[in-house]
Amino acid sequence: MPADNFEREKAIVNLQHEILNVDNLHAWFGDFHAVKGVSLAVQQGQVVALIGPSGCGKSTFIRCINRLHEEVPGARVQGRVTIGGQDIYGRGADPVRIRRYVGMVFQKPNPFPGLSIFENVAVGLKLGGISKRTVLDEQVERALRQAALWEEVKDKLRQPGTSLSGGQQQRLCIARALAVEPPVILMDEPTSALDPISTAKIEDLLHELKKSVTILIVTHNMQQASRVSDKTAFFLLGELIEYGETSQIFTNPARPKTEEYITGRFG
Amino acid sequence: MEEVSGGILDMIGKLMTKSSRREKRRDVHLGDRIFYYSLKASAWTLVFVLLLMFGLILQMAWPAFQHFGWRFLVTNEWNSVTSEFGALALIYGTVVSSLIALVLAVPMSIGVALFLNELAPRWLSTPLGFFVEMLAAIPSIVYGLWGLFVLAPFLRTYVQPPLVDHLGFLRLFEGPPLGVGMMAAGVILAIMIMPTITAICREVFRAIPQSNREAALGLGATRWEMLKLAVLRSSQAGMLGATILGLGRALGETMAVTMVIGNNPDIKVSLMASAQTMASILANQYAEADSPLHLSALTAVGLALFLVSLTINGIARFVVWRVNRKYVRGH
Ligand SMILES: Nc1ncnc2c1ncn2[C@@H]1O[C@H](COP(=O)(O)OP(=O)(O)O)[C@@H](O)[C@H]1O
Ligand SMILES: [Mg+2]
Repeated sequence: MPADNFEREKAIVNLQHEILNVDNLHAWFGDFHAVKGVSLAVQQGQVVALIGPSGCGKSTFIRCINRLHEEVPGARVQGRVTIGGQDIYGRGADPVRIRRYVGMVFQKPNPFPGLSIFENVAVGLKLGGISKRTVLDEQVERALRQAALWEEVKDKLRQPGTSLSGGQQQRLCIARALAVEPPVILMDEPTSALDPISTAKIEDLLHELKKSVTILIVTHNMQQASRVSDKTAFFLLGELIEYGETSQIFTNPARPKTEEYITGRFG
Repeated sequence: MEEVSGGILDMIGKLMTKSSRREKRRDVHLGDRIFYYSLKASAWTLVFVLLLMFGLILQMAWPAFQHFGWRFLVTNEWNSVTSEFGALALIYGTVVSSLIALVLAVPMSIGVALFLNELAPRWLSTPLGFFVEMLAAIPSIVYGLWGLFVLAPFLRTYVQPPLVDHLGFLRLFEGPPLGVGMMAAGVILAIMIMPTITAICREVFRAIPQSNREAALGLGATRWEMLKLAVLRSSQAGMLGATILGLGRALGETMAVTMVIGNNPDIKVSLMASAQTMASILANQYAEADSPLHLSALTAVGLALFLVSLTINGIARFVVWRVNRKYVRGH
């Protein structure tokens, strides 16, 4: 694939800034081949949008990046994924440890029921063995500020996380992911269950966040992809069709399939 | 339990007749009409039978209440020769044997439910789950026979002597190891209520959205941490409901308990001593009760049991309903 080679060369040039590298990744559900040989590299501090019609393997792809895909019974992964130079599928790599350093935000807000707002954000830290009160307080506040939620919840940190509105819950989940200061955050259609105002808040948030975190975001919304991302990857039937600068993909796509999709001719 | 399903059917009957009335005008076909009225009649028959049962039991139990008053519930002398009847020892026997059952069955059932739902691969969890459910289908008398011929000798030989030797000072394990007694009753009840508690816990765990589990795993939780965070923590009310329903079953269980508890209406601290429960004394003495007061006292025990089971089941249903509603609304 020419686009692929191009990316690979660029990745070598920018190697010192490259945070994520995926090389020839395949994923299966039983016999079903859901991701077919995807390769892409992501530089630090970028927002990468993953677009493509429903069922083309976007979710499966990002779930391979924190080794969550293998939790599905019968699921299998093949290929090489490095984060900060570390091979996460290498020998002796522990999926539990890897997931601690790759944040994930899901389609539906899913704060833990029965945990307060504070506890929800502190969960990742506690799982990582941090129990010192002052550290927890500090990190929780920082994460909530980063997720632009602090002002709204600072007086009710003891209330259940599920008592918040949908948009607030999703920002709580972002804060929960940010609390452990992961270098990479994966977001799977994080705004598709939210109203436009909550969506706009989260989009604004992404601009702030990319100063400190690299973000992979799956989105169904073409406008959202063009607003929030630096790069865009277009998937179709489990393959990566095109990957490049968002401005180029949306104005001057290299592949006809991409053009068909972004102009709304299918999907 | 018959009494309880009677109560539920009563409610269903009421609901059915109410909503049907609204539809009635549309039932122009004769067949529908007949169908409607026959259903209505059966629903009301159930209500009527339940009320009749209650009235009859109350009437039969009345002489005992009149004769003993409150003493009936707070004394533990049960003697048909002197016609002294106090139900305290029976209440004690019922409560303690049920508590033993809960202490053994609840952790076990939660563990089994977690294993079947969350850990076991499907090829294992399907047959194993089926097997656990089958336990609920074994007739009570079969449990009783097994308890008498297998469990009691096992307890007598292998479990009770070491308990006496090492924990005898607790007074819970003093006296001769008989096999039959409170401990055997508790163990057999535990086995009998386990399928119920397991089945309800499995339902409760199934109601938890998969994304909660993935949220925990995605944060780097180990499997056990994930179960604690995403499954157990949000199922507390549901597990409580399961426990109360299990308790309801244990309180009313009759045949198996009668066969292994030793049938001695007395209050002993030792779990190895013989005891008696409200349900088992009915099975044990009803046929041979000769004085009217004895019969009335037995019926009064039955009435007390009826009310206790009804209340416990009501609470359990309410708890489970609240939990289900919370999940339907919440996500
Ligand atoms: N748990 C699963 N078991 C089997 N097939 C699955 C499962 N999840 C997803 N798939 C299939 O894998 C393909 C890719 O799914 P997914 O990655 O969720 O697509 P997307 O996120 O792009 O909509 C789809 O065809 C879907 O039907
Ligand atoms: Mg998806």
